[in-house]
Amino acid sequence: MINIYEVTETNEMIEKENLDVRTITMGINLLDCADTDLDTCCKKIHDKIYESAKDLVKTGETISQEFGIPIVNKRISVTPIALVGASCCKSEDDFIKIAKTLDQVTEEIGVNLLGGYSALVAKGMTKADELLIRSIPRALAETNRICSSVSVGSTKIGINMDAVRIMGDIIKECAELTKDTDSSGAMKLVVLCNPPDDNPFMAGAFHGVTEADRIINVGVSGPGVVKTALEKVRGENFEVLCETIKKTAFKVTRVGQLVAKEASRMLNVPFGIVDLSLAPTPAVGDSVADILCEIGLEYAGAPGTTAALALLNDQVKKGGIMASSYVGGLSGAFIPVSEDQGMIDAVKAGSLTLEKLEAMTCVCSVGLDMIAIPGDTKPTTIAGIIADEMAIGMINQKTTAVRIMPTIGKTVGDVAEYGGLFGYAPIMPVNQFSCDDFVNRGGRIPAPVHSFKN
Amino acid sequence: MKKTIITVVGKDTVGIIAKVCTYLADNGINILDISQTIVSGYFNMMMVVDMNSSAKEFGNVCNDLDALGTEIGVLIKCQKEEIFESMHRV
Repeated sequence: MINIYEVTETNEMIEKENLDVRTITMGINLLDCADTDLDTCCKKIHDKIYESAKDLVKTGETISQEFGIPIVNKRISVTPIALVGASCCKSEDDFIKIAKTLDQVTEEIGVNLLGGYSALVAKGMTKADELLIRSIPRALAETNRICSSVSVGSTKIGINMDAVRIMGDIIKECAELTKDTDSSGAMKLVVLCNPPDDNPFMAGAFHGVTEADRIINVGVSGPGVVKTALEKVRGENFEVLCETIKKTAFKVTRVGQLVAKEASRMLNVPFGIVDLSLAPTPAVGDSVADILCEIGLEYAGAPGTTAALALLNDQVKKGGIMASSYVGGLSGAFIPVSEDQGMIDAVKAGSLTLEKLEAMTCVCSVGLDMIAIPGDTKPTTIAGIIADEMAIGMINQKTTAVRIMPTIGKTVGDVAEYGGLFGYAPIMPVNQFSCDDFVNRGGRIPAPVHSFKN
Repeated sequence: MKKTIITVVGKDTVGIIAKVCTYLADNGINILDISQTIVSGYFNMMMVVDMNSSAKEFGNVCNDLDALGTEIGVLIKCQKEEIFESMHRV
């Protein structure tokens, strides 16, 4: 039988170390809502999402009370809208109407965010893909809870550099349209390489076409739990360090598995995956950078950071994989800047630069995340940053992403304020040399060779 | 049988167990096991209970115990056993 020490350990993780279930995300297939008439399509989308997810928030709250564990977000991911709206959307405004429909139903249900205002254009863009992409800045500025993602590359296909170039402009436009709130619109847009179909985390969540009609995906998080566990093994060797991370990740992921199974049972929707991520928040003690410091670095960004992050990411996966029957999504350590107080401190101290972050994305779970850059950064420079990050994903067969916010009216030394879970971010300097001729070439970067590995 | 774990944490004082047990008895909740320690001056108790014949819904019991905890000045949590089972047992 469970003993008092085990009960105390679990409850201390929850109460003192910020262990929580970060999100229950219901994936909903909208392909059957496609219609040649826009109004009919919007109605079908509204009704299907409402019927599928109307009990999602209540279920999350019930589970949270039964197990005494916070479930921070309840979210929805849908089929990429460029596919759903292809047969009825003839203009950007048509796609924006769908975005508003999604926003409305999301508010009616009471979930936090909906992801899937997306297009998958790794090889080429259809007319609908391009219309959706061009509509993103307005769609994000005119809605509250919609998140958007565009996949522009993959290991099997290569990188669509035309799309990369356009995304440089789109990110800048998102920033311009939301300049009153420190360009917060750009926070809701992510550019991806090798995106998973079952990611429960925003802003990159969408319900892939390989998925069932509806599915429950759960994301767990507990940077504080790992940090506290590592405090007890200070000065020990790497074997002890890695074992400790693995065991802790196992325990954290087991909670996610339990919650996912329970949500699946209560909602009568199949269980998809558990995403075993270390996702930080600005709360004290909920930081991935603090784990890196506990491993032995003065600040995140110091020499050794990439190695420390690599072992952390790998041990989290090793511990988590055995704890859940199906692991998926992004799974690993997220390294956003604005959502992690330790990362913010590292930037302020001059330890962490954009270039070091790029190196870290080779071994973390995703990519350049929640990074504020000067508002006068050129769209071509943003496209160059995206191209670099997509190349890392393509060559290393991993998911990579770019979510950067050019902060209009602010520059290096200023701070972008986002509020709440999104925190704040010091504006980071960007390399000022031009890549215009590179990103303006047009066309595609071919798929990499899958042999001769070294 | 699904079991529930009730934990009581707080400053030690007279009658904590009595008050919690009285509430449970009044509502038809059967206590299967009790263990208790004092950790750095703090009272720390765990009860394993069977709520199958409980007069009240799980959520209401949680809320009542939470209120009772506030009244006595301790923190009372009521959680289904599975969260501990899944975390600590392979």
